[in-house]
Amino acid sequence: MSVQVADATIEAVGLAGPGLPGWDASIAVLRGEQRYHRMELPAYQPTLLPPNERRRASPTVAMAFRVAEEATRGDAVRARELATVFVSADGDLQISQRLCTALAAPPHLVSPTDFHNSVHNAAAGYWSIASGAQGPSTAISAWDAGFAVGLLEAMGMVHVERRDTLLVVYDLPAHEPLWSKRPVGCGFGVALLLCAQTRGTAMARLRVEAAAEAETTLSDPELEALRRGNPAARALPLLQMLARQQSGAVHLAASNQIASSHDVGSTLRLTIDALYS
Amino acid sequence: MSLLGISHFTVTSALGRGRAAHVQALSRGASGLKKAAFDACTLDCWLGEVEGLSAALPPALAIWECRNNRLAWLALQADDFLNAAVALRSRYGETRVGVFVGTSTAGIHSAELAYREMSTGYEAWGVGQRPDSGHGSTSLHPTHGPGPIAHYPSSLPDWFDYRHTQNIFSTADFVAQALQLKGHVMAISTACSSSAKVFAAAYRATQIGLCDAAIVGGVDSLCLTTLYGFNSLQLLSNDVCRPADVARRGISIGEAAGFAILERPAAATHDYALLGYGESSDAHHMSSPDPDGRGAAAAMRAALERAALPPEKIDYINLHGTGTQANDAAEDRGVVSVFSTATPCSSTKGWTGHTLGAAGMVEAALSLLCVETGLLPRSLQTQTPDPALTAAVLMATRRAVVNLVMSNSFGFGGSNCSLILGRSQ
Repeated sequence: MSVQVADATIEAVGLAGPGLPGWDASIAVLRGEQRYHRMELPAYQPTLLPPNERRRASPTVAMAFRVAEEATRGDAVRARELATVFVSADGDLQISQRLCTALAAPPHLVSPTDFHNSVHNAAAGYWSIASGAQGPSTAISAWDAGFAVGLLEAMGMVHVERRDTLLVVYDLPAHEPLWSKRPVGCGFGVALLLCAQTRGTAMARLRVEAAAEAETTLSDPELEALRRGNPAARALPLLQMLARQQSGAVHLAASNQIASSHDVGSTLRLTIDALYS
Repeated sequence: MSLLGISHFTVTSALGRGRAAHVQALSRGASGLKKAAFDACTLDCWLGEVEGLSAALPPALAIWECRNNRLAWLALQADDFLNAAVALRSRYGETRVGVFVGTSTAGIHSAELAYREMSTGYEAWGVGQRPDSGHGSTSLHPTHGPGPIAHYPSSLPDWFDYRHTQNIFSTADFVAQALQLKGHVMAISTACSSSAKVFAAAYRATQIGLCDAAIVGGVDSLCLTTLYGFNSLQLLSNDVCRPADVARRGISIGEAAGFAILERPAAATHDYALLGYGESSDAHHMSSPDPDGRGAAAAMRAALERAALPPEKIDYINLHGTGTQANDAAEDRGVVSVFSTATPCSSTKGWTGHTLGAAGMVEAALSLLCVETGLLPRSLQTQTPDPALTAAVLMATRRAVVNLVMSNSFGFGGSNCSLILGRSQ
């Protein structure tokens, strides 16, 4: 039987979603100590980008930076050493829409900035420039299973490349008319700093293994709606456990196909050993 | 030592369908690039177009209809690859074969057609304004938040299926569905390094037990986005691309698809293998490479380190060699800093064009064909080699024993990947 288990330490978290404006600010809500209110996320200007780039950063880059900056906590030296895995189901649909609109009729003039910002790895590229990180970096999509698939790729980076790895998962909705074709409910971003070794500041030890159980849902109906409404928000059950500093397990769909009960690997079991209690 | 055995591979491009067509084209110096038009594109440029994309997908796969998936399907049928994939699935099980596909634009051409139809209909009905050039918001695209807008006057046509065409994951999903695989599936989209990085991702996945074998590949098809996009950056040549030429002035875009089957070395005897890979980031600029080629050099060194090989063991380097002033100069510095000026090298983009998200896979396949046939291909389309480039760029194709090849792929955002492929060691 193949080994289907990987361990890493979760050192830090970045989070941004409606009513969840940052990890520290969201802990009480995720613990259930404070009622969740789905409030619009205040705008964010990335700290690591130089001033002129900061203002021009697209919403997807701003979201990715927001959570990546929180997870790296301003530790520039550390940020430079990290491998990165960027995950987005759709990339920047607002830019895609602008490009397709421009291309709909002559003279087909597209903005060169829009074009180079339309690549799926735009956020990854800007992050490497801003942080100076020259290590391996990837940008992936797995439709609605992106958080799970990205987490697995990040585990691969930690174990095979032997690098501490920053996982950044972000999804933003399109505007109409594309929105109707891909109705993502809101913007959401999450980042995890994953390490092979446990340092003093670590939050939890994470074990990822293949499973066949159904994915974990949330008991709070609004948080559950959030989890289902945005692919990046599939991270919520894990985040809830981390916030509660509980040890335990949650399940995550790793595939977009309808899983049969025999399909081990269609779900992931994420087991947390909380390091503070 | 081999990281993964390569038990099968195939490639389809402007050079034709399958390996034999590509060997023939390489041997004869017969380029697939032509001065041509594509759809509504009126740019003066050369294209590497694939023939045979007018055939629709089989009915069972109809939901995936788009140029990109047709190209993927065409490529899967060459070199008996489909049967090899079926055999792989039987051997390992449908949940134990991973699928890793690189693409930069997936089926965006379907979106281009959908927006065109919408704008044409809009105009025909005399409602509101035509879409403007795309700078800033237009009457069609209010910039307030998401959600259905009751008064919104227009919508994309019913036939346009975003998920199965434009979405960046659609190509990988299509391949998994077409091959009836139900395991780990991932799309990698890092511009021009996408389908080189699939090899690295597949290796990591087998190492941590996500899969026991992998189908890796790359697919990118002609679309207005890349033609007009690269043109807007002044990177699209109006001449055929001329890698390493003193007068080079940009890329020629090609479409292509390629796939390979990777298995653990111990699983079977393989003639060919993935021996090393290196990935790095330039951390320099979004659309131009680090002029010193440091990121490129780092990727090349990392590949050699992983393969535990000294540079002298590499018989040939398949350059990224796009034909832009910036890339070829930067890559040259990177190559020479790692390999000195002795190792023969060339870009094959003069044959296929720059196949963008498919380039990694296409050039991996061409590299393996060089090993198979003992061929060192010249830098096709190069007329006057740039004297500022000091790497040993081949100006004549020759026969040689080729055991190990390095293939470079460097993408926007400074995403670099070097692969070492060749005879199993």
